[in-house]
Amino acid sequence: MNDFAFHAPETLDEALGLLAQHGADAKVMAGGTSLTTLLKQSLIAPGHIVSLHRVRECAAIEASDGVIRIGGLATQRDVELSPVVKERAPLLAEAYRRVATVRIRNVATVGGGVAQADPAMDPPPSLLILGASVVAKSARGERVIPIGEVYADYYETTLEPDEIVTELRVPAQPSGAAWTYIKYLPRTEDDYATVSVAAIGRAEGGSVADVRVALGAVAPTAIRASVVEDALVGQPATSDALREASQAVSEIVDPTDDPRGSAWYKRDMSVVFTRRALEQVLGLA
Amino acid sequence: MTTTPVRQSVTVTVNGQEYVREVPTYRTLVDFIRYDLGLTGTKEACSVGVCGACTIELDGRIAASCITLAARADGATITTIEGVADGDNLHPVQEAFINHGGFQCGACTPGQIMAAKALLETNPSPTEPEIKEWMMGNLCRCTGYYQIIESIQAAAEAK
Repeated sequence: MNDFAFHAPETLDEALGLLAQHGADAKVMAGGTSLTTLLKQSLIAPGHIVSLHRVRECAAIEASDGVIRIGGLATQRDVELSPVVKERAPLLAEAYRRVATVRIRNVATVGGGVAQADPAMDPPPSLLILGASVVAKSARGERVIPIGEVYADYYETTLEPDEIVTELRVPAQPSGAAWTYIKYLPRTEDDYATVSVAAIGRAEGGSVADVRVALGAVAPTAIRASVVEDALVGQPATSDALREASQAVSEIVDPTDDPRGSAWYKRDMSVVFTRRALEQVLGLA
Repeated sequence: MTTTPVRQSVTVTVNGQEYVREVPTYRTLVDFIRYDLGLTGTKEACSVGVCGACTIELDGRIAASCITLAARADGATITTIEGVADGDNLHPVQEAFINHGGFQCGACTPGQIMAAKALLETNPSPTEPEIKEWMMGNLCRCTGYYQIIESIQAAAEAK
């Protein structure tokens, strides 16, 4: 690990001031589970670490007007266990429950996960189909960014170096719709997914009234499968229709070969698990 | 790489005793516990938070000390494997691991005990699937998983 100055501000404003002062030479550390690993592997070498472990703001989970507001410093374990989240967005509680192990979720934060932007993380597909947005704050002000515009590339976001994710806003799940999160794990239970699929859907009178699908771990960012959604909405909810619509994901995924599977295998499995997710949420499983 | 490390004062309460040490900012918590405090029960194996050997209790929740900076633990209350027994009286989880053969080489055992103890404090009567889900982050390369599960079930019943 390289040498760095370690800052432990007591307030968010103090932290934002340090980031304004040190710019791109500073890295924000929330839970630190990902950042410490990057430091240990010398993949990053910042001159300054601004640790948020003393900051007591931005950790609440509340809901109002159909929107769940999750503080950026809430831990992933907090989201998994939150009655507010479980009641209004059970898909989100399940997605966070599947992250790594309890030892990691106890420490890793919601905002840290957003900023880390690993496309194989569990929450992003669910955040995409729930229409989440990210509140990013800096000494210059605050902006609200749709989650799909935050993820830019592998471990790359459109967040600025002086910004901190202070809140995640997630609209409640549509009531009456079925949901699923499939995490395909051919190796071990605590692994990152080889392919993950989140879906929400509702069939009415034999037709697809609503369907939303997104995939993780098979492209530089989590991706929404709009091509599948558009092909199905208003159409009869039949096994053949779902099978045919699922084929389209092979055109939008862009996986890489790694120990979790070859690119062609992940492409094939993207189609298979999209179909299974659709069958589950549209009552054809 | 600079030659003079930036140093940081770290005050922690570990197993009820307060320690103050000055360490480089890049010191990980597992190295701090082992080499600055001399408490070598906590092990480092994978170094990336996956295997569970370095599991400790940090402010009431289990955490991976290999991917935590010591500087972040300033002011924290920590329990390591050395603080689990009450003097000569072993913790029920420790007793159960001995009585049910919950270990072979022992390298993963401090982490297994810390995780199992936290499980039973959260859920005093876990089902087998609940034990497996909670403990999946603690790897044992001697393949002693069945005995580990039996040990935890026995400790739950003993309480």
